[in-house]
Amino acid sequence: MEAGALSNPVLRARRNLTDRIGDPLLRGLSGLAAALAVAVIVGIVYEVIHLAWPAIQRFGIGFLTTNDWNPNPLVQRFGAAPFLYGTVVTSLIAILFAAPLSIAISIYLTELAPERVRRPVATLVDMLAAIPTVILGLWGILVLGPFMRDTIEPALNSVLGFVPIFGGDPSAFGYLTAAVILTIMATPIITSVTREVFETVPGDLKEASYALGATRWEMVRQVVLPYSRPGIVGATILGLGRAIGEAIAVAQVIGGAYLINASLFHTGGTLAAQIASQFQNSAGLQKASLAYLGLILLVFAVIVNVIARVIVQRGGIKDIDVTETEAAAL
Amino acid sequence: MSANQHSLLLDRGNLRRRKRFNRAVEATSTVATVLAVAVLAIVVGSVLLKGVGALSWHFLTTPTALFGESGGGISNAIVGSAIIVGIAAAMAIPIGVLVAIYTTEFASPRIAHPVRFALDILNGVPTIITGIFVFGLLVEGNKQSAFAASVALAIVMLPIVARTAQEVLTLVPGSLKEAAKALGIARWRTTVRITIPTAAGGLITGALLAVARVAGETAPLILLSSIFGQGVLTKPGEALASIPIFIFQASESPKPEAHTEAWAAALVLIAFVLVLNIVARAFYARSRKRMGA
Repeated sequence: MEAGALSNPVLRARRNLTDRIGDPLLRGLSGLAAALAVAVIVGIVYEVIHLAWPAIQRFGIGFLTTNDWNPNPLVQRFGAAPFLYGTVVTSLIAILFAAPLSIAISIYLTELAPERVRRPVATLVDMLAAIPTVILGLWGILVLGPFMRDTIEPALNSVLGFVPIFGGDPSAFGYLTAAVILTIMATPIITSVTREVFETVPGDLKEASYALGATRWEMVRQVVLPYSRPGIVGATILGLGRAIGEAIAVAQVIGGAYLINASLFHTGGTLAAQIASQFQNSAGLQKASLAYLGLILLVFAVIVNVIARVIVQRGGIKDIDVTETEAAAL
Repeated sequence: MSANQHSLLLDRGNLRRRKRFNRAVEATSTVATVLAVAVLAIVVGSVLLKGVGALSWHFLTTPTALFGESGGGISNAIVGSAIIVGIAAAMAIPIGVLVAIYTTEFASPRIAHPVRFALDILNGVPTIITGIFVFGLLVEGNKQSAFAASVALAIVMLPIVARTAQEVLTLVPGSLKEAAKALGIARWRTTVRITIPTAAGGLITGALLAVARVAGETAPLILLSSIFGQGVLTKPGEALASIPIFIFQASESPKPEAHTEAWAAALVLIAFVLVLNIVARAFYARSRKRMGA
């Protein structure tokens, strides 16, 4: 049919013409789309700096170390220190929980679980990443928070209360509750990368280890973990990036205090959460200061992501598509 | 058998200790996995248990009540979410697929690599920052709008769509493209008529995952579409209600009735997101099978 059409010289000329236009057109359109993706990044950086400019001029680099956030029109003193502290503390605790948890889950899914349950269970863990964070936050406010206040925090306090971070009164909202929510968010992300990395460990290395009489754990420690180290580190840093940037769930459960507090039970704030809770109701210098917080967060997030991806790629694990993984891995 | 051989075969001393430690690690791994699945079950179970009671036809088809009152529903939020996410998808899916076509079909590795890297960085940008960007671009000096929210969500979707599309486009067998080339068919025709249809399942997967991801996205919407009028509104030029914003605002309320409504809205959202994820996986599995991967 097509060949018949082409034997007609008029139609053939028309086809040649569409091909002459079609090729450069598709190339141009797709190239434009790619340029747009790059331009968006540049635009984000420009726009955040632009919005933050009044605050950058007013507070300079000292903004980073100012432990104050006072929107009172007569004072108007803003600093990032309480939120930097909150971001670092909550995401570090989250990673401290999530990384070992993820490694343990990956060991189970690649070495221990019966073949039949591996895929379904892996899918369930991935599904944890699909839960919208606003729902995790809702659950954090109404279920996890009261549980932390009534059970976990009093227990921690009675055993470790002499350490300042476990001192103070238990409360439903605070650094620790936020850290637990972030742990729930980071675990499936780290797990799906470490699991895939574990699966790339050559079978003959594992068998060699077993043949030398190693127990399963000894095999994992001597073969799987060293082989996967770059992947594990990269995955963990990616999880960290996700934890640093989460605004909503943290804003819902951290309580929104403006000062650094030693107790993990106490309310606090993070960079992202502070922006989420104040941006739409602010103006002038306060809004610029919030954008300044955003700039710090952006720098943090970009650095963390670049490091993670470089490590993952250096480790020779090119096939792992981290983006896809974060969208709830396939 | 001598006693010596016995000590090699039986779990004694060192071996016993090693095996015990091994069992402890195995138990820990299993418990960790059970814990992760249990958390999923607890969160989804909480939403189901607490939301199902308030979920009714009335709740789904009535707009949100006036501020401070209860007894309303989420019809305006459902319509708003559909419009915001729909426009975002209409922007992000074609552009994302085009980016993938560029990097897999046209660009040299020297250009494709930086584009890929840019997409990864874009994916790592916190969504609240994307919100600030679009705020500065479209809302500042203007007013909030559903369109602005769509632009922000499209930026969140773009790397997800583009990266999954790249993945599946590279899976399309080279022999198909070579066959087309041997027949003298132009590249754009090969791409449109052969490569894309072959990869369709995977492309749909990426699109669905991206939609699932942004359907629950809240941070940019707070900045871009959170102050809206009463009733079911439909104009993208004005701020529209959405399910995530409804859940967020109701969760911050001190009233128990608001919490019940938040759970019910969460049930609607979580059902949508999980179903979309499952459908996406099904498409992906089918498409991989078709391409023999």
